[in-house]
Amino acid sequence: MAQTTAPIAATPLAFTDGNELAGPLGEVFAMDVTSAVGRCASCHRSCAVAQMRVYHNAPGLVARCPSCQAVVLRLVRGPGRAWLDLRGTLSLQVPLPAEDRIVRR
Amino acid sequence: MARTAVPGRLSAGLTWRVCRLVEGRAETPTARTLVLDVPGWPGHLPGQHVDVRLTAEDGYTAQRSYSIANAVDGDRVELTVQRIPDGEVSEYLVDVYSVGDPIEIRGPVGGWFVWRPTDTDPVLLLAGGSGIVPLMAMVRSRRAAGNRAPFRLIYSVRTPDDVYYAEELRQRQRDDRGLDVSYVYTRAVPPGWSAPPRRIDTPTLNTAGWPPDFMPNCYVCGPTGFVETVSNILVGLGHDPRRVRTERFGPSG
Repeated sequence: MAQTTAPIAATPLAFTDGNELAGPLGEVFAMDVTSAVGRCASCHRSCAVAQMRVYHNAPGLVARCPSCQAVVLRLVRGPGRAWLDLRGTLSLQVPLPAEDRIVRR
Repeated sequence: MARTAVPGRLSAGLTWRVCRLVEGRAETPTARTLVLDVPGWPGHLPGQHVDVRLTAEDGYTAQRSYSIANAVDGDRVELTVQRIPDGEVSEYLVDVYSVGDPIEIRGPVGGWFVWRPTDTDPVLLLAGGSGIVPLMAMVRSRRAAGNRAPFRLIYSVRTPDDVYYAEELRQRQRDDRGLDVSYVYTRAVPPGWSAPPRRIDTPTLNTAGWPPDFMPNCYVCGPTGFVETVSNILVGLGHDPRRVRTERFGPSG
């Protein structure tokens, strides 16, 4: 795997994608949201959470719109809490299973 | 306690579990497959990954994501880890982590970059370096399920010594019907190779990939630069962007 000697913040391609938000966001949503479709508040284009550009050179995780690079999501995890900033996201459309389970009590 | 029937659903993938190393296998001089025993593992889909957490005696924790390499196999989860120079987690997992030692694992997670072994559409797999790991899980799962979907794998590496699962891929090229494997060498080619080293390009995808008319599902995985380049080529060749799924690996170690 490519190993850059430049500081990561200076490298233009130093992002991964929202696939790695599956675990951290799963703690907040109690389900996998990488297939959820988010609409960017800045450019109004949509993409799957998995397709967001995720940067690590900031406290916590920062996800940017792959179309316009605006910040769409920030997640900071601390002891006993997670802080999720979604001001850059207009909406999240989350796929759910079609049938409900019936819980016996 | 009832196990969830659908891998990755609800809380199965969200809690940290302790697991232990059963076996370590060198794939290359710098990459190692870890065979983990994870009691209560709910199963997984190929393409999913796990988060791994290491805790030092002083409470310092480090966390990384690794793609699952194997097809579902009871409580066994296999990860292939590349040693990154000065990578605190990867150096530990490749050089130090020993059979019987515990680590914490969370998963399986990830529902977007997955291939379902019930799918019958043609599949095009594009692997850059360590990006082969989740795609190998797909190849293995296909065989384990007896799935006949036509698969083409294009695997880009720097040198022949960097190929993971080299012997297994040779065997599968012979024995797995409907699977084709091609290699792209970017720095050094094997003895007798007719072409010089080169990066993956449009002619390669034209020749070794599926035509867009076949409507393949494309999975691209590797470093961000590789993924960006290959995705652009695929869309440029006419593949439907909605059928191109990508997973970018980062420089963190």
